[in-house]
Amino acid sequence: MAAEATQAIGWWGVLLAIAAGTMRGGTPFLFVSLGECLTEKSGKINLGLEGTLLTGAMTAYGVSYLTGSPWLGVIAAGIAGALLGVIHGWLSQQPRVNDVAVGIAMIIFGSGIAFFFGKPFIQPKAPQLPTIDLGNWSDIPALQAALQITPLFLLGLAIAPVMNWFFRSTRWGLFVRAVGDSPEAARAMGVSIFKVRMLSIIAGSFLAGIGGASLSLYYPGLWTERISSGQGLMAVALVIFARWNPIQCLWASLLFGGAQALGPALQSVGIKEGYYLFNAAPYILTLFIMIFTCSSKKMISGAPGALGTSS
Amino acid sequence: MSEKLLLGLSRRQVIRGLLATTAFGVTVKFGTGCTSEGSEQAAADSGTGGGDGQPITIGFIYVGSKDDYGYNQAHAQGAQGMVDKFSGQVNLVEQASVPETTEVQEAMRSMIDTDGAIALFPTSFGYFDPHIIKVAEEYPEVQFFHAGGLYNEGLPDNIGSYFGYIDEAQYIAGIVAAMTSRSGKLGFVGAKPIPQVLRNINSYTLGARSVKPEVTTQVIFTGNWAEPIKEAEATNSMVDQGIDVVTCHVDSPKVVMETAEKRGIYCTGYHADQSALAPKGYLTGAEWDWTNIYSKIAEDILAGKTLVDGGIEHILRGGLKEGFCKLSAYGSAVSADTQKAADDVLAQFMDGSMVIYKGELKDNQGNVVIASGQEMKQLDPKLEEMNYLVEGVSGSIGS
Repeated sequence: MAAEATQAIGWWGVLLAIAAGTMRGGTPFLFVSLGECLTEKSGKINLGLEGTLLTGAMTAYGVSYLTGSPWLGVIAAGIAGALLGVIHGWLSQQPRVNDVAVGIAMIIFGSGIAFFFGKPFIQPKAPQLPTIDLGNWSDIPALQAALQITPLFLLGLAIAPVMNWFFRSTRWGLFVRAVGDSPEAARAMGVSIFKVRMLSIIAGSFLAGIGGASLSLYYPGLWTERISSGQGLMAVALVIFARWNPIQCLWASLLFGGAQALGPALQSVGIKEGYYLFNAAPYILTLFIMIFTCSSKKMISGAPGALGTSS
Repeated sequence: MSEKLLLGLSRRQVIRGLLATTAFGVTVKFGTGCTSEGSEQAAADSGTGGGDGQPITIGFIYVGSKDDYGYNQAHAQGAQGMVDKFSGQVNLVEQASVPETTEVQEAMRSMIDTDGAIALFPTSFGYFDPHIIKVAEEYPEVQFFHAGGLYNEGLPDNIGSYFGYIDEAQYIAGIVAAMTSRSGKLGFVGAKPIPQVLRNINSYTLGARSVKPEVTTQVIFTGNWAEPIKEAEATNSMVDQGIDVVTCHVDSPKVVMETAEKRGIYCTGYHADQSALAPKGYLTGAEWDWTNIYSKIAEDILAGKTLVDGGIEHILRGGLKEGFCKLSAYGSAVSADTQKAADDVLAQFMDGSMVIYKGELKDNQGNVVIASGQEMKQLDPKLEEMNYLVEGVSGSIGS
């Protein structure tokens, strides 16, 4: 007990907390933003990923608790997310339906589902995902703890370049981009716009569900109704910030994850003033990025052409 | 031609609006459908339970879920304990996860009109103004009891307030923490710098420094009552700074306790018993004990006493001695010496001789807040306006 060393690491703690925060807190951002990136590339917006994230977190925790297998929980979270994706994919492609409005309804629906079925899982303790300890070479306990990373993070790290390659170099990736950029051209190619968008939304929601699993089964590692605290919505903004590029989604997620750790870490070394400001750091960052990247004259470079249109 | 305007709106906009409204309505309906489940259940119970003796119905409203290992769980356990004591005489109606909005007014009205509740306990702090005041005016025959103590003269007569001095339990938890800590650094994760939180931090620190004057408490405010990720980050950062005992004042201490256990440090609980979450590191904890106070109020109501005729006090207060709060059982890491020291102070609280806030007391800026020779008893209203952190606390109440 209390093996934790008594030596304080002072200011290094802030850097360490941010570094650890990028991996701990960045994982859900990473999955949701990759999912949203795929969805938006096909020309549809899915704001409902906030609800998907909550449903994923609840499903993962519940299944992990009931079956004793956290990995089964991760898969179940993905499937639960995909089911919500089916609803969004179908609804948002009906004639004259606005995908933003459907997305907002899906936020409420997804969180309602999660709260309703999640009631019995608030108290019990579910088995957590195993972590990969990269810090065993060091004898500083703080470093060891910071380097306990989840396999889900590595999975997300792998998905980002794969998705980038998928968009650039595969036939299917071309279909997704074509449908997103110019639906007419895609239709002329003989590609079913409905099917491509449906599959993109389902796959994107599957990833967001897994993002939820990383919240409830890794960090902070529990199920409460307040667990997502708006991360699903932040991730949607993050995709714009990342210019619909999966690799940049990765960097953006790490940045936002690290920013979350800033407020508490600074307080722990004695920067007492302005913690509300530090806590708001990620949001302020988002706001500035939005201001600097928006333009009334032209579309943001990299934006799928058909995004937000009803075609 | 299809773009004909209807009241200045295009057909497309009208359809879009209708669809969004319907979707919103369906999902919101779904939300209320699941929250009112409890009260329907209870209403069914009261239907079957009504026989000889005419049981009374008492309603409880919680802001969060009833099994959050925290504030709401403590109240729900108290309500259950009270009903168990008066089984057959009291029916319980409960509703959980009711936000501090007009929704709580609806919950109260439905408990009164549909379930026939004659006394209500809306337990969250933010329910009071304006919600309880408004509904209390509408139903003068129903009695309202609010946890958190905002009642004062001039408000409707059928409102009462009750609250406990749980900082007495925090004082003892501070003693246990200081004597178990190796580094002499304690950590406190707080939600917001409001008087109740500050009082807990100060009492915890004063308790710790009463046995080891060199001990310090590091405070981190997360900014809100439920911020799971920030609570986890705060705990991790404190461990990195060499802190080896943490406690907290947030709605659900689950994250802080579990993170502390994961990092192999000690923790002391708050609100309810969290020993199951940290079997190795849990030292003790400051718990609410609402069963006593709820039973006492229920007994008075059954005896026909009311707030209006003065049979029940408008302001009910108490600490360890009055049974408003208690300590969790000591964990395995607490030494016999420590237990004895803590039990001695507990005995002083029980016989009423213990005073936490007495002079000379300085805040952490070096200003004297209580002059030497002065004492502030727990009932002192000045303590309920606390706006300082005592010497030995590292943190700031400014934002």
